Amino acid sequence: MRHHIGIAIRMTILTAVLLGLLYPLAITGIAQVVFPGAADGSLVKVGGRVVGSSLIAQDLTAARYFHPRPSAAGYNGMASAASNLGPTSRVLVDRVRADVRALIAQDPGLRFGAVPVDMATTSGSGLDPDITVANASAQAPRVAAARGMSATAVLRLVAAHTTGRTLGFIGEPRINVLELDLALDALQAKGGR
Amino acid sequence: MAWGILQIVVFLILLGLIAKPLGTYMAHVYRGERTLLHPVLRPVERFIYRVCGVDERREMGVKGYAISLIVFNFIVLLFIYAVLRLQGHLPLNPAHVPDMSPWVAFNTAVSFATNTNWQVYVPETSVSYLSQMLALARENFVSAAVGMAAAVAFIRGLTRHSSRELGNFWVDFTRSFLYILLPLAVAGALFLVSQGVVQNLNGPTHAVTVAGVTQTIAQGPFASQESIKELGTNGGGSYNANSAHPYENPTPLTNFVEMLMILAIPVSFTYLFGRFAGNQRQGWALFAAAMVLLVMSVGVMFASEQHGNPNLTRAGVTQAATATQAGGNQEGKEVRNGIGASVLWATITTDTSTGAVNSSHDSLTPLAGGMAMLNIALGEVVFGGVGVGMMGLLIFAVLAVFIAGLMVGRTPEYLGKKIEGREMKLAVLATLYFCVTALGLAAIAAVLPAGKDAVLNHGPHGLTEILYAALSQTGNNGSAFAGLTVSGKFWSIAGGLVMMWGRFFFVVPCLALASSLGAKKAAPESSGTFPTTGPIFVVLVVGVILIVGALTYFPSFALGPIVEQFLMNAGHLFS
Repeated sequence: MRHHIGIAIRMTILTAVLLGLLYPLAITGIAQVVFPGAADGSLVKVGGRVVGSSLIAQDLTAARYFHPRPSAAGYNGMASAASNLGPTSRVLVDRVRADVRALIAQDPGLRFGAVPVDMATTSGSGLDPDITVANASAQAPRVAAARGMSATAVLRLVAAHTTGRTLGFIGEPRINVLELDLALDALQAKGGR
Repeated sequence: MAWGILQIVVFLILLGLIAKPLGTYMAHVYRGERTLLHPVLRPVERFIYRVCGVDERREMGVKGYAISLIVFNFIVLLFIYAVLRLQGHLPLNPAHVPDMSPWVAFNTAVSFATNTNWQVYVPETSVSYLSQMLALARENFVSAAVGMAAAVAFIRGLTRHSSRELGNFWVDFTRSFLYILLPLAVAGALFLVSQGVVQNLNGPTHAVTVAGVTQTIAQGPFASQESIKELGTNGGGSYNANSAHPYENPTPLTNFVEMLMILAIPVSFTYLFGRFAGNQRQGWALFAAAMVLLVMSVGVMFASEQHGNPNLTRAGVTQAATATQAGGNQEGKEVRNGIGASVLWATITTDTSTGAVNSSHDSLTPLAGGMAMLNIALGEVVFGGVGVGMMGLLIFAVLAVFIAGLMVGRTPEYLGKKIEGREMKLAVLATLYFCVTALGLAAIAAVLPAGKDAVLNHGPHGLTEILYAALSQTGNNGSAFAGLTVSGKFWSIAGGLVMMWGRFFFVVPCLALASSLGAKKAAPESSGTFPTTGPIFVVLVVGVILIVGALTYFPSFALGPIVEQFLMNAGHLFS
């Protein structure tokens, strides 16, 4: 027994050093040299200031911006969360109904029964940075009007920011909301219409 | 929708292609034969034995093997508990998280030591970087390697003749993490960082958003952890949202690769088993049985989730799959994954004992959530967790030949070994402890206020939350219907106990069974031997798994997901 305990204690210390310190620190070292931007959280800077991360949704409500999906986490980067509401939850259904009503008031092209499902459902992380093409298309007329741009120009930018399925079949097509919004700002700053 | 299905099909084909090369490599490693990595790793291996005082030529019987395994687990558990309790006073804590409370630290230490990785804490604000690396990610390696060692010992017992020796625990353990887990984890971690999984020691980022408000974003050294979390079928997230979080799983490609990482080793174990048994078809038969169950699960989930929730349609959204949206039930899912990549993950994580999630299981439609729960209830034998899943699958193979033997009136044999009373008692013990413990805990929790008041959703869904928690912890899965509040004393302590019980009450009878079979002489095959390589055997194994599962769980499932499915379609809501 004592023999086993001796080995176990030494093995505990050895694995702590090798797997608990050397392994993660070596990966950190390599990552910081080879993939610095990705390893630090894909942060996005505008004029030298960090405005967020392209992988983390942020709360945008102004009419001139595309909005991310609703968040069960309040877009809190320190407390990712899903709603965890089940399919027979009245809280869920009431929330979706209220969101649908607000969306229809805000985006005139939308009709009851035709609101893209990702617009009114919360994601698994509460920080989903992406929206579907259907969602972006529904928001485009509002954004164009608020910015005094033509709807075609906005839709052209949406198309340019649509990422297809990886290798043609993995995952779903998507649009990164923060990148699209920053591209809109940049385009208008240059005087584009 | 067709794309979602294509993605699943390609994934399954890739799995079949991984099994042979990785399984062959693993067989070489466990037999101490030379591999490509030996010039680099063999000196390290010898160094570890010298430092720890291990004699690599000395084999152990069931007692020595089980005692080493349990003693080691216990000491590592104490170590994790200490680190979590003291983390506020230790370095590498830029987010200034405090020490963990005693019962949360107890639950967490047990949870990681048993490869469950059930999480009663919110990682972003309650675990320091040092704890993540030194306690949790390290334990991901250790608990996985312990499971793999146990499985190799089990397979040795099954395939040896006239020997009570099972191998050396320390050697099997060391080889598992050094030759198999570590090289794969390094490759996986570097790939994940390249895609955007974070790997830094910075404190949280303070960004001033486009709207002009401050957003604080949790950072950390997490690609290295994500990698071993999937490879070791552990599942404990660096973030509360687990692999739904974009910093753990940023792109469809990382999602695809992480799913492959989860199943790579479990799938290869079926091939390794064929290698040890001296007949590759023995391994492929079990591969086929598991594959049938995997396809069944993903099929049910896909259909149910893509069909969506009629209550959301009534609230005004469209869940139709079109060229511009994946459609289906998107509550709790990420846009980049849609339906296909979410349900495939939900199947894999519950088929194995992983428990990592890339969508909210609590928000799945009743049939899909019920299917995830059934996968756990069947014993996580659809390839299963690294090592332990293989043992579970072999236990069902033993049960299947026993039932076949009863039907034709002959003494049942597996791999030429007679299955007799002692073996059957151990096999039944390894199956029964699970449902008795899980259903027992669920029953107690459903009547005690401390158990049932923890539910978020009411009606049958609340019962499902309780059942799922009991099954997930007993089965060392770790995924959750996360609406249930489990950080209170009742769930922390009861959960910790059943996780420990679930792990060791399974491993020890399995090792005893292996040793008992190993001691027997192998009888030569005759015309009366029931072949355990063909399609009839595959059908029998699948049948036994489903029948045992259905008989045990139908009543409780009828009150949970099954009745909820009808109520959902009828538009009945609970508040």
